[in-house]
Order: sequence, then C-alpha cells, then structure tokens
Amino acid sequence: MNEIKRDTLSALLLAGKRADGRGMHDYRKITVQKAPLQNAEGSALATIGKSQVIAGVKFDIATPFADRPKEGVFSTSADLLPLASHLFETGPPSEEAIELARVVDRGIRSSGTLDLESFFIEEGKVLALYLDIYILDHDGNLIDCSALAGMSALLSARMPKIEEGKIIRGEYEGKLPIKDKVVTCTFGKLSDKVFLDPTLDEEKGMDCRLTLATTPNHLCAAQKGGWGAVSEREIMSLLDISMEKGKELRSLL
Amino acid sequence: MMGGSKGEKPVLFENGKRIDGRGAGDLRPIKIVCRVLNDADGSAYIEWGKNKILAGVYGPRECIPRHDQSLYRAVVRCRYNMAPFSGMEEHGRSGPNRRSKELSKVIKEAFENVIISENFPKTQIDVFVEVLQSDGGTRCAAVTAAAVALADAGIPMKDLPCAVAVCKIDGKMAVDPGKEEDNFGESDMPIAFSPRNGEVLLYQMDGLLTREELAEGFALAKEASAKIREIQADAIRKVYDEPKEERFLTIIKE
Repeated sequence: MNEIKRDTLSALLLAGKRADGRGMHDYRKITVQKAPLQNAEGSALATIGKSQVIAGVKFDIATPFADRPKEGVFSTSADLLPLASHLFETGPPSEEAIELARVVDRGIRSSGTLDLESFFIEEGKVLALYLDIYILDHDGNLIDCSALAGMSALLSARMPKIEEGKIIRGEYEGKLPIKDKVVTCTFGKLSDKVFLDPTLDEEKGMDCRLTLATTPNHLCAAQKGGWGAVSEREIMSLLDISMEKGKELRSLL
Repeated sequence: MMGGSKGEKPVLFENGKRIDGRGAGDLRPIKIVCRVLNDADGSAYIEWGKNKILAGVYGPRECIPRHDQSLYRAVVRCRYNMAPFSGMEEHGRSGPNRRSKELSKVIKEAFENVIISENFPKTQIDVFVEVLQSDGGTRCAAVTAAAVALADAGIPMKDLPCAVAVCKIDGKMAVDPGKEEDNFGESDMPIAFSPRNGEVLLYQMDGLLTREELAEGFALAKEASAKIREIQADAIRKVYDEPKEERFLTIIKE
C-alpha cells in the first residue's frame, strides 16, 4: 500500500471515520448463501464487503483419538486460494491460513455446539467431520467471513447414512445437530481507536486486531493478532459489542 | 477418469437415450458468469451439469522467481485444484496430487498456444482453477471457464479456446460424458479446440476406439464446441452490456 493511502486511512480512523463512510462499529454488507453445493454434506458461501468465502463439510469414517475413544473427530482447515488475492501464493498453508482455521475451529469446538459423542459408530470407529474453508476473494476480515461460512455450512449439513460401519454416499439421515450458532466479531485497533470489520486496507495499516467468538450467552474463543496491544477494559467493552452484533450475525444464518 | 468405478455398471445407452435422458450429441446445461471476483484481474464461474468451477487470472505481473523469467515472452502458469469437498465420495486431501499436476500442465499448454505472450516479456500470467463441485468433465469445464477469465483479464489471445469430451458408452459415441458415463464408459477423450481454425490445443484419450469411432467423436466434439463458444462469448458480452458495480459469486442451486 502506498504511503499517501496509508496516511489518509490512518488520519480518518484517528478522527473516528472510515474511508467507506461506515461507523466504527458497523459491518459492511453481509450475505450468506446456504447449501449451494450438493456433493458436500453441508456448504455455504458468505461475503462481507468484497471478501468471499465458501465452506464445505464432508464426513468420513475415522479412528478416534486414543484419549477420547468415544468421540468423533472434528477438523477445520483453511485455504487462502491464490485466485483470492495477489497477496496469496501457491504452496503449503501459510501461518495466516493456519491461524484462521484454528480460530474458527476453536470457536466451534469450545462452544460445544457439536455433539462429538454422537459421532461414535462402534469400538475404534467414529465419524470425522471435515470443515474446509476456501477463501475466494480477499478484502479483509477473513475470520468473520470464514466463521459465518463455516457455521452456515454446519447448519446446512446432513448426517450421512451408515450401514455396517460404512458411509452410504448420497443418502442421509437427518440434519447435523447444532446446539448454538457461533459467530465471531473481529475488531481492528489503530492507536486508541477500535473499529469493527476491518477492510484489507485498514488491516494493512492497523496495530492489531481482536477476534471474539460468541454463543448467545458466552464468549467461547478469542484471538489477538498483530504487534499492538489491547487493554483489559477494551476487551470487556468489545465483548459487549460482540454480544450485541452477534444477534445481527445470527439472524443471517 | 474421475477415479475408481464403484458398484455395478448401469445401462448407459438405450433406445437412443443416455442415462440422464440426453441424446448422443447433447451437452449438459452450461452457464458461465464472467467477472465474479474482485481482486483477480479476470475471473469466470462455470456450471456445467453439476460441475461448479471457478477460474481466476492474474497478470501479466512480474515473474518470480526471476530465473523463471523469459526475455522474450510471458511465462504462463496454471494451477488446477479440486476442493476437498468437491466430490461425492470421501473427503479429498488438500494440495496438489499427481492427477491435478498433470491437468494443470495440459491446461497451461493449451493456453500457451493462444496467449500472445511475446507482448509481455519478463512477466508471468497465472491461471487458477478451483473445482468446487465435480461431476465428470472438470478439465474441459476448467479450460472453458479459464478462457473467459483470461479474456476478462484483457490478456490478448489469438482465439478463445473451449473444450469438451467425447466418450464411448455401450458401443456408441456420445458427447460430454457425465460422471457415470466417465466411470463406466469404454472410452473418454477430452479435447480443447481453437474454434477459429479447429486446431486441437488439449488432447487426451483412454479406452479403445476404432478409426471410425475416432472420426465420429471428433465430429461430435466440433459440433458441441461451437455451442460452447457461443455461451462463452455471451458471458463476456454480458459484462459490457450490463456493467455491474458489485462482483459476487452466485451459485445456482439445483
């Protein structure tokens, strides 16, 4: 990003304004397209502003982890596709992709929204749920966009039919049970100014970001990123905003 | 070519009809939307039967690493990739495998023929193809969509390539095999054409064919490719006839 643009954006943010005219606690336009794919057991396409993310759910048979023999497997991965941004390259997952996947994973996992014990089939055999997050277009705030796509994909997911310990592909037995809708709110911080849903340009100039994942009643995961620092008081007040904004986000799912 | 045949072979051709009710020369429904991504220099989304494929193009941009640069032309690169949730079967592994590397190579070579790369020395042109849902014939759909994305990026080309496969099912030649026909058919032959002069830019084949069957296959593919070419041109034209402020991928549900 060139210096003039960076300086202009910083000056605006420091004055409590944003380049696209939004308020400091406003999201860009959000859309969620539910279950656009048919081969996947669940799917969703979410957009926030010009960021676009598609998520897919697949089930497989797996061996449970030795320390949790009665529980199914849940795994999240994220791909920053090279077609999504001139900043992304082909090759093994970057730190950014791994962090993204892990933040989304933690929100879903620790909320207890998935009942992993219901994935048990028989001794040594469980269902594995793979949630794959595909970044198609990058204009900032990929975490919230991915969390929306991921949650919506889970909500649309169908349970595979199982016979004699095998998945019968193309046949389903009801929906994947989901307890709570988990959503994330990501804030950027520049100097003492905090703003919701940073664009890519804002991300390039900001000091740090804070992501809070929430269920309707709880904080269920958090992640700070970037070199800047946040105060305890800021975290408390951003949780209040996240709980409020969470209602808005959940209504789209 | 999509992978292991599963289960019993169904009847593929009976009373002039194929398993999905098509005649031998009928294509599956094809829809192309040009310009669906914001950051890519060019993009296109294709739905071909149940295939759902996204193509994005970047370039000409600086060629990195520099030892790959050519002083005489742009380097064309291609990555064909299938999403791990794209298939009906088990969860795929992410990252390139032997199949996707081969397809990336033959798709790249098809475009190397038509891109006027000597206009852009020391640069690279990247073609990225992501298969979001697969239903047989992904490489042909990929070439068809990538050609539109390249045109959208303003990359000068001698022609707009398009591709289609032909197959032999229960002894009959037919165009555009679906997944079942791909898995259980006797032969599969994907072809990409330069429609202007009929030159073949991508050509693969497996199975057994007689000389007559080969000729019949080419005739079917040529006829179908003319229709595909029209759909491509319409998609590009639409971007200029009805310019849109926002670029969004909209996936059409069945």
